[in-house]
Amino acid sequence: MTVYLAEFWHFTKESVALVASGSRGYMLWVGLLLLMILGGLYAFVNQASFGLVTSNMRDPVSWGFYIGNFAFLVGVAAAAVILIIPAYIYNWGPIREVALLGELLAISAIIMCMLFVTVDIGRPEKVWHMMPGVGTPNFPYSLLVWDVLVLNAYFVLNFFVATYLVFMSYTGRKYNPSFIMPIIFLSIPLAISIHTVTAFLFMGLKARPFWNDAILAPRFLASAFCSGPALLVLIFQILRKVSPVQISGAALRKIGELLAYAMAINLFFLGCEVFKEFYSHSHHVIHARFQWFGLEDGYGIAGYSIFALTCNVTAFVIFVVPALRNRIRFLLVGCVLAVAGVYVEKGLGLLLPGLTPDVIGEVYRYTPSLNELMVGAGVWGVGLLSFTFMAKISIAITLGELGYRRT
Amino acid sequence: MGNARATGGAPRRFGPASPATTRIRRSSNRSSRSRLRFRLPWLPGSPTSSRRKPIVKNPERDEHLDAKGASRRKFLRTTAAGVGAAAGVPAAAEAFDFETFFQKNFRRMSDEEIEALKDRMARKYEKKFGKSFNVQATGPVDNTLFGYGLDISRCIGCRRCVDACVQENNQSRDPEIQWIRVLEFERERVVRGFELDEGNPYYEHEQAPAEGMVYLPIACQQCEDSPCTNVCPTGATWEEPDGIVVIDYDWCIGCRYCMAACPYGARHFNWAAPTIPADEVNTNIHPLGNVPRSRGVVEKCSFCIQRVRDGRYPACHEACPVGARKFGNLLDPDSEISYLLKHKRTFVLKSELATRPKFFYFYG
Ligand code: SF4
Ligand code: SF4
Repeated sequence: MTVYLAEFWHFTKESVALVASGSRGYMLWVGLLLLMILGGLYAFVNQASFGLVTSNMRDPVSWGFYIGNFAFLVGVAAAAVILIIPAYIYNWGPIREVALLGELLAISAIIMCMLFVTVDIGRPEKVWHMMPGVGTPNFPYSLLVWDVLVLNAYFVLNFFVATYLVFMSYTGRKYNPSFIMPIIFLSIPLAISIHTVTAFLFMGLKARPFWNDAILAPRFLASAFCSGPALLVLIFQILRKVSPVQISGAALRKIGELLAYAMAINLFFLGCEVFKEFYSHSHHVIHARFQWFGLEDGYGIAGYSIFALTCNVTAFVIFVVPALRNRIRFLLVGCVLAVAGVYVEKGLGLLLPGLTPDVIGEVYRYTPSLNELMVGAGVWGVGLLSFTFMAKISIAITLGELGYRRT
Repeated sequence: MGNARATGGAPRRFGPASPATTRIRRSSNRSSRSRLRFRLPWLPGSPTSSRRKPIVKNPERDEHLDAKGASRRKFLRTTAAGVGAAAGVPAAAEAFDFETFFQKNFRRMSDEEIEALKDRMARKYEKKFGKSFNVQATGPVDNTLFGYGLDISRCIGCRRCVDACVQENNQSRDPEIQWIRVLEFERERVVRGFELDEGNPYYEHEQAPAEGMVYLPIACQQCEDSPCTNVCPTGATWEEPDGIVVIDYDWCIGCRYCMAACPYGARHFNWAAPTIPADEVNTNIHPLGNVPRSRGVVEKCSFCIQRVRDGRYPACHEACPVGARKFGNLLDPDSEISYLLKHKRTFVLKSELATRPKFFYFYG
């Protein structure tokens, strides 16, 4: 036991030293993220002292930018881990590294999810009211309680796996596959469940016809399978450039192929929804009209919806045509487009049409306030910084630059 | 007799040019407080909205966005000035109260704990408003299911109920919160039934009722199968045995999930610290009803729990000049409300959602 503790102490010390040093580019990047975090903190203190009036949300649009980001990031967290399956199918490289980077991305995404939910609530100091034991969680009725549950379980699981793998290779031991593989596999259904529960959070509301739609959970998953792996491809590419990590271009192309399926399904689901809304043309089509054309006075998010659709279709073409997919430059463009498309589609395209016009037909023009954007940027800063640190440590260890030599 | 609203300060106009043809309203017409302070050209809504409507700068919001000490003091001053003899302390200065922070969900409190809560509340608000408070936590009335009836053919849309409700229930004057909203409909369209989104809550006439219009006041419908209580993650809101859906304002965390779930837009969030002038505060309070709320929690109509459990009528009922409002015990076959339900043509809003409201509309 003491051996482990001593090792862990060394591990912590060396990790801190490692993340505190690096090239100029690295330092600039970390500095930028720290600036974002500071700005976010400033904005959050402002919000905490004056209330959510510092955001531009109001009664008719009572959820906004924060929850939109939350929905997107849950997808990233889920999809990052699901990449483990194709890693097996394509028998791609040492599974450990792929799994590890996926886990790390999932961990950072979950951190951001929790932060986004926390900054969105009116009384963050009272969150303990929903915890079992001390509070009175409305279980099993409230989907929000479910969401907190699965998100936490998923976080703990991924954190455990990542720490285990990193620590084992740090101490030069071999990880025990029969111990860790079942846990990794367990994280796959859990990944699906976090995204399903998040979709249910919206789907269960009969007051909001735009969300109360059986296809929402599958749509969530399909779009997550587009954005998560695309984000990983981009991260792999950056790692290939800034670190000696070996990731073959062929592997990236394989993910591109996978993205083609995901995007096809995503677009198909979208088509189904658009058809249902406009063909049946009920009273509730107004939300879809807001999304795709704008309301009678011209207010709507049509520009953003078309932008997202264009991004997604272009990305799909790139992924599906081998000649394009196989050129790494095109592939990267496709990934950027997929991430951007899904971010806009998931954030704006899900939240705003669901709430506009509201239940009594009121139209409130919501645009995030500067304070809201700053808080959001701060949360992204925390997420990116934690990913940067974790990736740096684990890569150094995998490459053998960092290790504890037992004598 | 125009509109009798609580503050009457900010001019409220009737949406775009022709109300008769425009079904879409924007709440940002309502008052400067909902105007957007920052408009970035690349964000939705900005290009059209900034072209169509001038941005009215709201000094108060500017202060909100500047956390520097000096301007915060200025903010406190402007708020105070705006409200007159405001005793409402902005949230920034809200003192941390250990006991309140660790108090239980109201539903879990023992009788002694409720007594302690009453004491605590009395002390707290006495200090805040400089008046003595009478806190009553009267429990549910036996063999009673409260129900409300509203005679559509009588309502004239004068909004006196709104006014009375604001006063009775200590709703924030700035920012303005109103639990009751009166929707105006064109009579011709109503022939096909009330579609809530065809109603206009922002009408502004010299005279009400206006020619060819009918009015539909809405507030919390006190659903029996209430979507709002189902979704609440903390169990801060529930239906009492006498049918009133209540919120424990000290337990609510302000996640606003209930607002997304309510099909009637009946729940309102305290985006900023509510303010009530000390000379207007109602000192007869119930912890689950009209107790002054704090920033960051959701609130709504409780059928005036502080009144009806003592056998009185809700404030809106008393205020209605034409007697359009009826209130009583649904379980009592001899009550007026039971009679009306049996003999009049009644309906509930959005019945397709099966929320089973205890608020009924009827044609008298
Ligand atoms: S009207 Fe809304 S707030 Fe009132 S009980 Fe029904 S769902 Fe809840
Ligand atoms: S805002 Fe308050 S009452 Fe509404 S769901 Fe959240 S905790 Fe419950």
